[in-house]
Amino acid sequence: MYDFEYRRVGSIAEAQAALAGGSSSKLLAGGMSLLPVLKQRLARYDGIVDLGGIATLRGIHRDNADLVIGAMTTHATVAASALVAQSIPALAALAAGIGDPQVRNRGTLGGSVANADPAADYPAALLALDARIVTQRRVIAAEVFFRGLFETALEPGEIIQAVHFTLPQRAGYAKLRQSASRFALVGVFVTRTHAGVRVAVTGARDSVFRWREAEAALAADFRPAALARLALPSSGLNADIHASAEYRAHCVQIMAQRALAAALEPPS
Amino acid sequence: MPVVSMQVNGQTVRAAVEGRTLLVQFLRETLSLTGTHVGCDTTQCGCCTVHLDGAAVKSCTVLALSCEGAAVTTIEGLASERGLHPMQAAFREHHALQCGFCTPGMVMSALAIVSRCGPDLDQATIRRELEGNLCRCTGYHNIVKAVQAGAAAMKEADRP
Repeated sequence: MYDFEYRRVGSIAEAQAALAGGSSSKLLAGGMSLLPVLKQRLARYDGIVDLGGIATLRGIHRDNADLVIGAMTTHATVAASALVAQSIPALAALAAGIGDPQVRNRGTLGGSVANADPAADYPAALLALDARIVTQRRVIAAEVFFRGLFETALEPGEIIQAVHFTLPQRAGYAKLRQSASRFALVGVFVTRTHAGVRVAVTGARDSVFRWREAEAALAADFRPAALARLALPSSGLNADIHASAEYRAHCVQIMAQRALAAALEPPS
Repeated sequence: MPVVSMQVNGQTVRAAVEGRTLLVQFLRETLSLTGTHVGCDTTQCGCCTVHLDGAAVKSCTVLALSCEGAAVTTIEGLASERGLHPMQAAFREHHALQCGFCTPGMVMSALAIVSRCGPDLDQATIRRELEGNLCRCTGYHNIVKAVQAGAAAMKEADRP
């Protein structure tokens, strides 16, 4: 890892000030993706601005119909939260399946969302739940937030503060884990809300996307049988040593059925 | 160089580090606490697991400066004048190691499992919760047995 100037900040204003200035600086959340990237010298920054000291970025609360999760809330906290389990159990289950226990103790919601890894779990939840990403400047809908491979709508200097989730009537997530990395080979998050059905897929393209045909089928009939005859075309899907595009297409269909089965489970 | 201070195994330590210094480098190279191992250096194997403010973390993927003011416990912080910690004793008793390289991380993760899930652990829980730690020799059977026995011994001794 190349050396850098480390700054630990206590507020969003301090973080903004640290990011301003001429040199290239990067925000550090839990570091579970950024630090490995720095170690491999895939990226180099003059400054690292650590958000770990900003207490107001951590925490989970209800705001009327919304579940609000602070950007620096760890996956372990989301997974163990009674409020999340009661509000959106599929989100707690998703957080409990990220990485491993040690990674979940450091990795954060905001870090995962800002990084926009094409195989990360949270982007599927945000897109399917029509979440809003709140920064110090504006509110961004998940629909327009995830733009491509590690690319988001965030502008330079923009800091995610929290994510707002509207509670769904039904939600379920299923992923096929890449067994070494534990990222999603493919993952599918299915929701039904007052606005309709959403089916968000991660791991299969350069960025999370909605499977519109599945949404239309489930809007007409929210049961596994509605998905049985659908097939996601494999053209344009990711292919690597772990899975071909055809295999990923097949797995999306299977994971969608499993996510739907999870969404249909009676609340425990 | 910036200076970091933290509590390590109950002692306050303070030293100059680089921005890029990892917690595991600080423990091993600055403090000479070489019980915490570096296996993969890629956040996979768990050999470098320590407790940071009570939570198990992979110290190869935490900056030392991020730990300012924190409390860190390493494998060296477990045994007392009375002898090995019950979890360490269980690893010895059940032959839960061959080469021993992964053992410090396994023991630190085992203690974190007890604090998360309680002392009455079934084997499926232990295997699931140990997924952040890799062992390349034992086949895990004896590690799982040791964690179960160590947790029971901790309950018996009423010891965290």
